[in-house]
Amino acid sequence: MKVRFPLILCLLMGIIGMVAYYIPHRIVQNFDNELRNTALRIIFAFSLVLGVGSIIRHHWEKIKRKREFWEYSYVTLISLFLTAFIGLFGGIDGKGLIKMQIGKFSFDIHTIYVNMAIPLGATMFSLLAYFMASAAYRAFRARNFEAILLLIAAFIVMLASVPPVARLIPKLPYISEWILDVPNTAAKRGMLFGITLGVLSTSLKILLGIERGWLGGK
Amino acid sequence: MFLFFLFTFVIEPPKNVKAFDNPNDGGNKILITWEISPSDSILDGYEILRRSEKEECFYKIGFVGQGRNSFLDEKTEDKINYYYQVASVKDTIKVLSAISNPAQSYPQWFHRGKLIILLTFFVFGFLILYFIKRARKIELFIRRIAGLSAVEEAVGRATEMGKPVLFVPGLTGMSDVATIAALNILSEVAKKIAQYDVKLIVPNNDPIVYTVAREIVKEAYTSVGRPDAFNPDSVFYLTDSQFAYAAGVDGIMVREKPATNFFCGYFYAESLILAETGAQTGAIQIAATDSITQLPFFIVACDYTLIGEELYAASAYLSKEPILLGSLKGQDYGKLLIIIALILLSVSSLIFNFIIK
Repeated sequence: MKVRFPLILCLLMGIIGMVAYYIPHRIVQNFDNELRNTALRIIFAFSLVLGVGSIIRHHWEKIKRKREFWEYSYVTLISLFLTAFIGLFGGIDGKGLIKMQIGKFSFDIHTIYVNMAIPLGATMFSLLAYFMASAAYRAFRARNFEAILLLIAAFIVMLASVPPVARLIPKLPYISEWILDVPNTAAKRGMLFGITLGVLSTSLKILLGIERGWLGGK
Repeated sequence: MFLFFLFTFVIEPPKNVKAFDNPNDGGNKILITWEISPSDSILDGYEILRRSEKEECFYKIGFVGQGRNSFLDEKTEDKINYYYQVASVKDTIKVLSAISNPAQSYPQWFHRGKLIILLTFFVFGFLILYFIKRARKIELFIRRIAGLSAVEEAVGRATEMGKPVLFVPGLTGMSDVATIAALNILSEVAKKIAQYDVKLIVPNNDPIVYTVAREIVKEAYTSVGRPDAFNPDSVFYLTDSQFAYAAGVDGIMVREKPATNFFCGYFYAESLILAETGAQTGAIQIAATDSITQLPFFIVACDYTLIGEELYAASAYLSKEPILLGSLKGQDYGKLLIIIALILLSVSSLIFNFIIK
């Protein structure tokens, strides 16, 4: 029953999902929306509790066993509890149960998000510029025939994007466009066919209980 | 006054106003179409008026600009007759069309526009199930996939070096098939790791994926007879923020220096941040994704990359279970069908355009 019940549930939910895709009638659509918007949110809320529990347990273990860089786990845990406290009692704009304002400065969830989460995310994102340079160096080493082809194609596309070069060689932007529109799109579409069939095959295997990796291979 | 009379004679109403139930929807919608007025170029647009069988006169329900010849009335009651009129509008002048036919909205039980998708699903589904059934009787040949053949070597390397294996299951939730495929790979990789007694690290971006991944790893350790070796702290939830997750995983790579990194599932812009950091720490890296935009980054920064469909083939390939391998054969025949259809359609298009036309 421990294995059969999840499999039956999976098959049932899969059939409901499929039926809702093909039947536009509002009885079916309303039921499907209710499942997606209500049931899934409830499941997500419960899993979030497990997720937060995992963070606390993971970092608490680290502090307890004094593993490498354990001091930083204090930063994570204090940030987690402080943000939760501000969010729960201060509200989004700092005007909740407890006033999170010092003079004109409102120390609320919105302030934390705009002034801390976004800049920190942007900092990580900006690292891409450096990583792209190092990745491009590795990719453009002409080690074999395929790498040479890649190098030539990339060289043309990059040069065509530079206005003075495009002016000097007027046909270059057209060649670049052809590379992007024809061989590049053809390869992408080929991959998409394979991916779609893969998704179909995996979905069928899961729905019919043939693929049970997600159940731990039971 | 003169202009008013002039415009009244010049402006013509739209013709042939027709109303009918909007196809393939859940009801409450009527589509109104008309032939644009001959004086369309000088108009402001068209005003749509409606009267139900319960009402005495027409009411304005919408306005569309010049050149438009349809309007979707989304506020109808099902199974009630509605009549429509469309007026050509220029400044304050309105010239009304004839009254349309009566129309009723009603919900449909099948989306006819999706019939071809349903048929394709049955054809490919039949192929896959046929080969799964056939695989029970005869042994099928499956081509070698380098990235998957390297899994054993990668786990062995981690054992020799006494370093952990890092498995990143992508950034999407359980509703994405790529994540399920990634967790299927995790199941097989975790079994090998349990046999070799290597440390496994699985940081998660989604709390639902975290709970499933934890169960999968626990079950994998049990299935190879080593439930005691499972460390519950090896699978943990990090954060659902994209770049905070990338920063967290990068930190793990730099601190723990894993011998092998697996990046399986769906990735976004963080793919290169993860893969490049892994490459700099000297780890063997195996990536598997169906995210076409991120594939080039993985190909450049990883030792092995499973491209698109190979992600979905991985668990069958690793488990070597005949019925799972059968589905791969079905996929290949599906692709063959698509290739044949593409060739036939391209040739027929060429013949039609250049010879017949």
